[in-house]
Amino acid sequence: MIQALGLGSFYERCIAERPPRPDRTDRYDLNRFIVTRADGTRELVLAIDGLRCGACVWLIESVLGREKSVLTGRVNMTSRRLKLVWRGAEADADYLVGRIVSLGYRLVPFDPQALAAARDEADRALMRALAVAGFAAINVMLMSIGIWAGDASGLLEGMGPATRDLLHYVSALIALPAIAYAGRPFFRSALAVLRHGRTNMDVPISIGVLLVSGLSMAQTLTHGRHAYFDSVVMLLFFLLIGRVLDHRARGRARATVELLLTLRSSDVTVLAEDGTAARKPARAVPVGTRVLIAMGERIGVDGVVERGESSVDASLVTGESLPVSVHTGAPVFAGTMNLGAPLTVRVTVPEDGTVLAECARLIEASEARRSRFVVLADRVARRYAPAVHVTALATFLGWYVWGGAGLTQALLTASAVLIITCPCALGLAVPAVQVIATGRLFRLGILLKSATALERLAEVDTVVFDKTGTLTEPGLALVRDGIDPEVVRDAAGLAVHSMHPLARALVAAAGEVPAASVAEEFPGLGVAGDGARLGSAAFVRGVPSPAPLGAERPGEVGDAVPRQPGSGLVKCPHLTQPLRPQGYGGHTSVERSVVRYQWFSRNVAESGAKTHETSEPAPQHPGSFPRPSAGFASPERETFVPRLYNSRSSPQGGRRGDYDADPELWFAGDGAAAVCFRFAELPRFDAAETIARLRRMGLPVRLLSGDRAASVARVAEAVGIDDWRAECSPLEKAAALHQMGARVLMVGDGLNDGPCLAEAYVSASPATAADISQTLADAVFQGAGLAAVAELISTARRTRRLMRGNIALSLVYNALMVPLAVAGLVTPWLAAAAMSGSSLLVIGNSFRARS
Amino acid sequence: MTVILWLIAASLFLGGCALAVFLWSLKSGQFEDLDGAANRILFDHDPKR
Repeated sequence: MIQALGLGSFYERCIAERPPRPDRTDRYDLNRFIVTRADGTRELVLAIDGLRCGACVWLIESVLGREKSVLTGRVNMTSRRLKLVWRGAEADADYLVGRIVSLGYRLVPFDPQALAAARDEADRALMRALAVAGFAAINVMLMSIGIWAGDASGLLEGMGPATRDLLHYVSALIALPAIAYAGRPFFRSALAVLRHGRTNMDVPISIGVLLVSGLSMAQTLTHGRHAYFDSVVMLLFFLLIGRVLDHRARGRARATVELLLTLRSSDVTVLAEDGTAARKPARAVPVGTRVLIAMGERIGVDGVVERGESSVDASLVTGESLPVSVHTGAPVFAGTMNLGAPLTVRVTVPEDGTVLAECARLIEASEARRSRFVVLADRVARRYAPAVHVTALATFLGWYVWGGAGLTQALLTASAVLIITCPCALGLAVPAVQVIATGRLFRLGILLKSATALERLAEVDTVVFDKTGTLTEPGLALVRDGIDPEVVRDAAGLAVHSMHPLARALVAAAGEVPAASVAEEFPGLGVAGDGARLGSAAFVRGVPSPAPLGAERPGEVGDAVPRQPGSGLVKCPHLTQPLRPQGYGGHTSVERSVVRYQWFSRNVAESGAKTHETSEPAPQHPGSFPRPSAGFASPERETFVPRLYNSRSSPQGGRRGDYDADPELWFAGDGAAAVCFRFAELPRFDAAETIARLRRMGLPVRLLSGDRAASVARVAEAVGIDDWRAECSPLEKAAALHQMGARVLMVGDGLNDGPCLAEAYVSASPATAADISQTLADAVFQGAGLAAVAELISTARRTRRLMRGNIALSLVYNALMVPLAVAGLVTPWLAAAAMSGSSLLVIGNSFRARS
Repeated sequence: MTVILWLIAASLFLGGCALAVFLWSLKSGQFEDLDGAANRILFDHDPKR
């Protein structure tokens, strides 16, 4: 298509590799996002995924430029947004978006309302203030140099008082409106904290600025010689530079997180009463609606399964690494992934007492506690502001009462003290380092969302990890032991045709493979083609196909034909045993449901129990395993266990002890014997290394997981963590964190980590985390590794050192200059020079944060 | 020394112009895509257009 349009030079321009073809081709209902303007043109803003370099921008804009109806098609490379304005029908949007999508980019529409809310007014206001302060600083300095030169009467012939007054008046004319305008961010912030009876750095700044402006004006009116307009305006200009950079750095990090979340959001298929399907954004789906969830689709809503049996990957919600089977009546949660067969879900409100409601409550409570952190600069300001103001007052009294100076002279000396101590360098000390450190982390793919995160990170003394998706790779990986790579390649050729996560994992393990020429996917069973079969054991061994998917489940227990809806591509009984109806894992659903639902609310557990009661068709194992007593120690669990077991007609209840079973996939080539692929979760490639590094930094590392003890133990051993706890509910996790009482860095990705992330002293999430986790975390890191965690802490510690160094530098400077000021030896030009000198010194020191 | 009045007026006028231009550029969104602007300068104009 690119060549056909004569845009082949794209490849010459393209310095980055070609964008990968998106593996999701979502269809969005664009109409909701289109804004029709008064003149009949229509506007749509989309997030772009796959933008690599300037050539991509050129390509997209060129393609859109050839469409006659398009008035504006402009890509913003910083925020990765495409703004489309066209003339014509709303339906044209689908065509235009389709053109870009067919180039290999993924587009997700932005909600115009959210867009308007996100427009960063604060940033523009700061920039305007900066511009005004800059303008005033230049012009006032122009006057001031004349005044200083005229003042140095020994050198030149001197300046007449009339000329000096004129220059003072002009300076005042420029400076006063500029101070009134550019000082607003500081005045507002100072007023806000004073109202709460606290102080921050803006309080001494505001007082200094106002007092010195007033005195300079008084000097001007009384034909005095000492006006400090230049110093005041310059002070504001320097401080505003710091503010603007600080604001931009964090705004950029936040925008990137927002973009990542937008790109992940998708629509859901809503089933109308008459059976017609339509795509709608998940947020716009009312309670009670029926939603169809395809295989391999992320479930966008909370609800109850109405039809179908499947298994879902709930790792983002519960931390459980193995898929969970769901049946009619079972609850499913937004953020989980449907693995097996299509499901029809009725949307419900998360009831009080469910895990979601519980998490929301915990998060709210923790966030309120957390806002009490006082940043370093404000801690300094608390001591600094009173000290400065007392010194100035003492100077005034000293000169006026004891020194025998006149009122004007005493006031002037006191104001010189204020000018000299005006915390210009102090105000820059922290933001300058922060901006540079944040920028450095940003380039490493670590997004700092919170302004105080760096300072809190530096104080961390314990690191707590979640397991699933944080310490481990998201998703499962092939266990390669004793498997012929050729067989993997053959199987992967078939697996290419499937969206199933295990098939994907197989493809990922095989690398580049030729796709099988003929293949047909049997949803819930597997893929077949060329005489080869890949899928559940039964499917591969040619067991007759079960009841059609979505059909009513046969009610009888012990049905002759093993049913297997919901088994997905996988099935993992030992071949000698009869097939069990659900579960990727080798253990049965009853046992796992006990473990899994023990921290869900009672009613959820009940529904879980009901589900499993009806779905457990037959005694499945010849031998009955002893009840694993260790895992069932808590009274809460005891409550459910009898109900679950008693409700079954089968006395064995199908329990088995193999907690450890991994999901499996079977493959048989044409006439060949079936081969079993096992899958397990792998620790992230640098997990062990990162944990060792954290230890070397003197930080104990712990692991809190909602997953089963066996898999937690295995991962903990693999990465070298001795201190771990498994099967924690979100509540237990948060309580465990609270008990540690330490300054904990929590690294987690799941919804069940939400309360922990909010409770912890500081928190981080991988970019693959659940939306809510990313929103709560102070830092979000991208990429496959965990090295970012160690990097965060070491950067934060270095940043803290530099901040303290900067503060010390500016305090030393003050300590040197204050005696001069108190002695009345400081003239306006000396004040201005000293102020810029110390600011430059502090900024220069801050650049050390880059390395 | 009345020339100084002229000079002050001239300098303020020029500075004011610069300020106005900056505020205009801020308002028209020229500071919103700094990365894109850096890349855009490298594009040739499409000869067919």
